[in-house]
Amino acid sequence: MENNKINVALIGSGNIGTDLMIKALRSEKINPVWMVGIDADSDGLQKAKNAGLKTTHSGVDGLLPHIEADNIQIAFDATTAYVHSKNNEKLQKMGVKVIDLTPAAIGPFCIPPVNLEQLVNTNEANVNMVTCGGQATIPIVAAISKIQSVEYGEIVATIASKSAGPGTRKNIDEFTRTTARAIEKIGGAKKGKAIIVMNPAEPPLMMRDTVHCLTAEEPDQQAITASILDMIDEVKKYVPGYTLKNGPVFDGNRVSVFLEVAGLGDYLPKYAGNLDIMTAAALRTGEMIAEQLANTNSNTGDQ
Amino acid sequence: MNLNGKKIILHDMCLRDGMHAKRHQISLKEMVSLATALDEAGVPLIEITHGDGLGGASVNYGFPAHTDEEYLSTVIPLMKQAKISALLLPGIGTVDHLRMAHELGVSTIRVAAQCTEADVTEQHISLSRELGLDTVGFLMMAHMLEPEALLKQAKLMESYGANCIYCTDSAGYMLQDDVYNRIKALRDGLKPETQIGFHGHHNLALGVANSLSAVDAGAERIDGSAAGLGAGAGNTPLEIFNAVCIRMGVETGVDIFKLMAAAEEIVVPMMEQPIRVDRDSLVLGYAGVYSSFLLHAKRAAKKYGVRSEDILMELGRMKTVGGQEDMIEDVAINLRNSQG
Repeated sequence: MENNKINVALIGSGNIGTDLMIKALRSEKINPVWMVGIDADSDGLQKAKNAGLKTTHSGVDGLLPHIEADNIQIAFDATTAYVHSKNNEKLQKMGVKVIDLTPAAIGPFCIPPVNLEQLVNTNEANVNMVTCGGQATIPIVAAISKIQSVEYGEIVATIASKSAGPGTRKNIDEFTRTTARAIEKIGGAKKGKAIIVMNPAEPPLMMRDTVHCLTAEEPDQQAITASILDMIDEVKKYVPGYTLKNGPVFDGNRVSVFLEVAGLGDYLPKYAGNLDIMTAAALRTGEMIAEQLANTNSNTGDQ
Repeated sequence: MNLNGKKIILHDMCLRDGMHAKRHQISLKEMVSLATALDEAGVPLIEITHGDGLGGASVNYGFPAHTDEEYLSTVIPLMKQAKISALLLPGIGTVDHLRMAHELGVSTIRVAAQCTEADVTEQHISLSRELGLDTVGFLMMAHMLEPEALLKQAKLMESYGANCIYCTDSAGYMLQDDVYNRIKALRDGLKPETQIGFHGHHNLALGVANSLSAVDAGAERIDGSAAGLGAGAGNTPLEIFNAVCIRMGVETGVDIFKLMAAAEEIVVPMMEQPIRVDRDSLVLGYAGVYSSFLLHAKRAAKKYGVRSEDILMELGRMKTVGGQEDMIEDVAINLRNSQG
């Protein structure tokens, strides 16, 4: 169904953008046409060129003149929060749907197994993919709050130092703030807290994520366990290396879940599950939006 | 070792690192009584926050008896000469916490990072400097880097605006030469106006000796805590270090007997357990494990029927770093499961 694929642009040629490109090249729903960077020598741009994508190192301004001709309908932005707000304005003016992989969070948060369907139905112009730690943990918070009221949700994301790019490091507060907010808004916890730790061990450790929730009433162990296991299966559909290591542990009103996220090893090695969970979630989001666009296009005869 | 005539700043940790040993349950009354006694003794700098720094209140690290705001706003107005510092670990606390501490009158912000990850501190160090605060870069688990590599990380913090850089022996693992060589590399490699500090843990009973090595190599700030109240086997016992300094002709400005009284009459009665080198804290120092893991490991060992020293050794083998307290329960469960 090659001709039904929706053309997309990838903005940001760092770790996330490059990993996303490799995944997008395998997609049956979207077709990556452009890769946008700011450094002509970046490894990501080089890889994109080799893969047959059109590239520019002039940022989003290098892409804008080609959007119409190349029929770009979706853009993934993996730059930084500050750059994203400018990119978003320019892209939206041209009618491009934007999937935001920075912590800018201009549009609504998107955690695919929790609220992607709803966001696609409301036809959002911009959706935000929260953070890697958020993608890895908020499904679990949501799985618990689906059963009963969560007073407090806390997550600890530990990533290998080698998998944390300069953007993440420079803006570490945005990680904790954005994740905490999404734990509340999408996870359904009354209060959210996020912690990120970088570990320099060699060989690098797999991404680890721990979720601690405090429920309002004594937790219904059976129902919560079942809900968590279901949710893990949902996440596994797009991140096969998403694994329950231990738990759920019940201790009074505390529910703790210990997770590990192994990546597919597309751009960075498998330990960088933080990269994969972000790009896989964004890809899934892009594909759902693309499917809807394809339906709309065929309904209106706009082919 | 001739340290005669050197002048150093003693920085007390009881009300921050000591929070670990007290499960973050220090009362406002205890805070006030100890802080005023330390102030009276002439201790120039006292650190106050949750054990894991501003914003550390959490399931993972423990919820404190009072908020950072409550502790700081209660103690700061009572100080006659002592200044109050606050610790901040990026990834746990944010610049919002930093601004709050500044508004409450904190004089010093210490921005702490795993020693290999100094580039996560740029936002916080530069803001602290912009606000005109005494700004310290605090390189934790410094045993994990060789002196030259440590210097490289220190230079990043210096470039963001830190006016003082700490070599922090979070695991109480370093031997005297380890300390001397790291402090010397920092002293030789950083700007002459940048101060160097050392933060020790007493897990191998080397807190005092290591701090002396640090001063010998050029450190001007030394952390310790009265009666050693701190994580693991505690910090360098400050009243002992002060007495040794005075014997050696090092100027601290701290009254030897008043500090002893604070340690003996206020800190010791506060302790929930003796702060000493027991088997578990010795394992921390021996295996290079983050000192704050101690009480969490003891609790997990009890809950899951495994040995706390086995948990700690495994955490060392996994090369865990500060902040990974969540792995303690995970490891305890694995150990229990492997026992069948």
